[in-house]
Amino acid sequence: MTDAVAAAAPTTRATDGRLTTADGKPLKAALARAQARNKRRAFFLVVPLLLFVVVTFLVPIGQMLSMSVNNSAFYSWKDRDTGDTIPLMVDLRGWFNENEPGTEPDEAAYAALAAGLAHARDIKAIGQIGTRINYEVSGTRSLFTGTSRKAERMEPPYKEAILDADEEWADPEIWAAMRSASKAFTLDFYLAALDRTRDADGNIVKVDEERAVYILLFQRTFVLSALITLMTLILGFPIAHLLATLPLRHSNLLMILVLLPFWTSLLVRTTSWIVLLQSQGVVNDLWVASGLIDDGNRLQMIYNRTGTIIAMTHILLPFMVLPLYSVMRPIDPSYVRAARSLGATSWTAFRRVYLPQTVPGIGAGGLLVFILAVGYYITPALVGGSSGQLISNLIAFHMQKSLNWSLAAALASLLLGAVLLLYWLYDRLVGIDNLKLG
Amino acid sequence: MALPSYASPLEKIWHYLYLVICALIFLFLIAPILIVVPLSFNAEPYFTFTEKMLSLDPTGYSMRWYDLLLTFGMENPEAPRDASWWADAWANAAWINAAKNSVIIGFFATILATFLGTLAALGLSRPEMPFRRTIMAILISPMIVPLIITATGLFFFYSSTGLANTYIGIIMAHATLGIPFVIITVTATLVGFDHSLTRAAASLGADPTTTFFKITMPLILPGVISGALFAFVTSFDEVVVVLFVAAHDQQTIPRQMWNGIREQISPAILSVATILVVISIALLTTVELLRRRSEKLRGVSPG
Repeated sequence: MTDAVAAAAPTTRATDGRLTTADGKPLKAALARAQARNKRRAFFLVVPLLLFVVVTFLVPIGQMLSMSVNNSAFYSWKDRDTGDTIPLMVDLRGWFNENEPGTEPDEAAYAALAAGLAHARDIKAIGQIGTRINYEVSGTRSLFTGTSRKAERMEPPYKEAILDADEEWADPEIWAAMRSASKAFTLDFYLAALDRTRDADGNIVKVDEERAVYILLFQRTFVLSALITLMTLILGFPIAHLLATLPLRHSNLLMILVLLPFWTSLLVRTTSWIVLLQSQGVVNDLWVASGLIDDGNRLQMIYNRTGTIIAMTHILLPFMVLPLYSVMRPIDPSYVRAARSLGATSWTAFRRVYLPQTVPGIGAGGLLVFILAVGYYITPALVGGSSGQLISNLIAFHMQKSLNWSLAAALASLLLGAVLLLYWLYDRLVGIDNLKLG
Repeated sequence: MALPSYASPLEKIWHYLYLVICALIFLFLIAPILIVVPLSFNAEPYFTFTEKMLSLDPTGYSMRWYDLLLTFGMENPEAPRDASWWADAWANAAWINAAKNSVIIGFFATILATFLGTLAALGLSRPEMPFRRTIMAILISPMIVPLIITATGLFFFYSSTGLANTYIGIIMAHATLGIPFVIITVTATLVGFDHSLTRAAASLGADPTTTFFKITMPLILPGVISGALFAFVTSFDEVVVVLFVAAHDQQTIPRQMWNGIREQISPAILSVATILVVISIALLTTVELLRRRSEKLRGVSPG
C-alpha cells in the first residue's frame, strides 16, 4: 500500500511518521487539493452551458410558473406608451381589506366601485378588468364596460346608481370574484385548470357540468398516451427482436428503416398521414378498389382521434424500438436454447426466459414514449380534428386565441409537473446516461 | 434467427408468420415516408394516384408543384426564365426565403449548441465531475419538457426582455433544444475513450491544448459531427417555438408547411416534403458513416 502511494508521488517520511510530498506538505492535503482542482476544472467546462440553459430555459420556465399565479390584471395597469404601472381599484381593495369575506357590500363599497370603474375607463384599462373577472364569472365583461360608461356621471347614493345601471351588480358571486382578484397572488387559475371555482362564500366547488373541460382533457391526454405507448410496444417488440437476433450486417441495413423515420421531419410524417388517410386518400382508394368498402362509405380516419393515434404511433415507434433493441442485442440466445433442451415449449421459453430479460427495455421505451406523447402538440393539432386534441393544444389555444395567459400557464405548469415526475422516474429506473440515439 | 432443425410444423408456420408480421411493421414505418415522393410529381392537384400515374403514362407526372415552390411569392413569375427571373425568385419566392431563414437559424443554433455542448460533455465525462447526475438531468431536460411549455415560457421571457421577434431569440431557443442531442452523442463517444492516450501525450511533453487538439479532438470528432447534425435537424424541423416567439415575416420551412397544412393543403407541400426526405436520407447516411468510422477508430465493435 505504502509502496503504491510512494510510487505515485515522490514522498518522504517525516519525523512524526506521516507521509509528505517532496515540498513537505502532508500527502493527504496535497491529494485533496489536486482532487479539488480536477473537480473545479471539470465543473468550469460545464459552467458556460449551464449558464446558457439557465437563461434560455430555466428562467423562462420560472417566468411561466410565476405567470400562473399572477393576479395583477384587476389591480394594476401598465401604460403602453410610458411603461408606468398604474394601480387600479384602490378604494375597493381597501374596502375588501377592512371587511370579512361574505360581507354584504354597503354604500362605501359601491362608492369605491364607481370611482374605480370611472378611473379605469379614463385610462382605458376597463377591458382588462372586465376580462379578468370574466374568467371567474362568465358574461361579466360587458357588465364592466357598460357600467363604467355611466360611472363618471353617477351621484350618491352609489349603490342605487350602480344597481340602476345594471341589477347584476347585486350578484354576490361577482363580489367574491372581485375580492379574490384583489389579492397579490392567486391559485384561482389552478382551480380553473382543475375545473374548480369559488362560490360566493369563497368555498371551492366544481364548475357546471358543461363548462368542465380540463380534467376531461387531462384524462384523454393520459389515456391516449397510454394507448399509443401500448401500440408502439406491440409494433416495436417484434421488429426489435428481429433486429436483435439477425446478424449485424443484416440488422444494420434493416435498422435504417427504423432510423429514417426518426430523421425525417415531423411535419413531413404528419403530412404523409394526412395524404394517406384522408377520405380521398391512398388507403381509402385501396380499400374501395379492393372492394372491401363501398365508394359511398369511405372511412373517416383523419381529423379525429383515430388520426391522432395512428400518426403518433408511427412517429413515436422509433423511440420504442431503439431502447428495446439495445436491451435485446446482448441477450444470450443460449438461455432460450437451454430452456428448450430442458423441455420447455417455445412459448414457455419465450415467456419465462426471454421476456423477463427484456423488461428493462420495455420500461425504458415505454416511459420515453409516454413522456413524449403526453406533451405532443403539432400532430394532434394537424390531424386530430376536435376529438383528437390533447392538453397541449388547449394551452396553445389559451395562449393564442383566448389570450388567457395565466390559465395557459397554470395548465402548462400542471403538465410540466406530470412530465417532471415521469422524468424523475425515468432517471431512477433507466438513468438518463443510458439514453441513446441510433 | 435461423429456424432450428427440431422445430415442429406449428413452430415453422409461426416463424414465417412472424417474418410476415415484421415485414408489415417495417412497411408501416417506411411507406408513409416514401409515398410522398411519387405523389409530389402528380400532374393533377390530388393526393392520390390518378389512373394515368398507375399506368405509368408520362403525362400523368409533372414538375408543376416543384415549379410552384419557385414561383410562389415572386413578383413576375410569367417572365422569361433568364438571370433576372432567377434573381426575382431568389429575392421574393416565399419558400426560398423560408429556406434561407431556416438555414441561417439552423447554422448558428448548431454552432452554439455544438460548441457549448461538446465543452460540457468533456466536463461531464470526467470522473471527478461534481453533481454529475443533477447537472446532466438539467441539461437533457429541454428534450423531455413538452415543446409547448418551453415555447410558452420563452414567449413570456422574450416579451419582457425584448428578444421576441428577433433572430437571436430564435437561435438561442433552438440551440437550447439541440444541446441534449449534442451532449448525448458526445458523451456516448467519450464512454469508450482511452484516457491513457492523453496521459501518454502529456508524458511526451504536450501541453493540455496540444493534447486536446491533436489527440482528443480527432477521436471524438465523429461524435461531435453527429451531435451537430442532430442539433441542425432539431432546429430545421422546429415549429412550435417559432410560432410563439417569431415575427410574422420570419417564416421558416416548417412554419410555412404548418401554415400550408392548416389553411389549404396543396401538392406543393408534398414536393417540399420530398425534398426534406431526400435531405434526411443524406443526413442519416452521413451519421451512419460517421458512427462506423468512430467505432473503427476506437476499435469497439465491427459495424
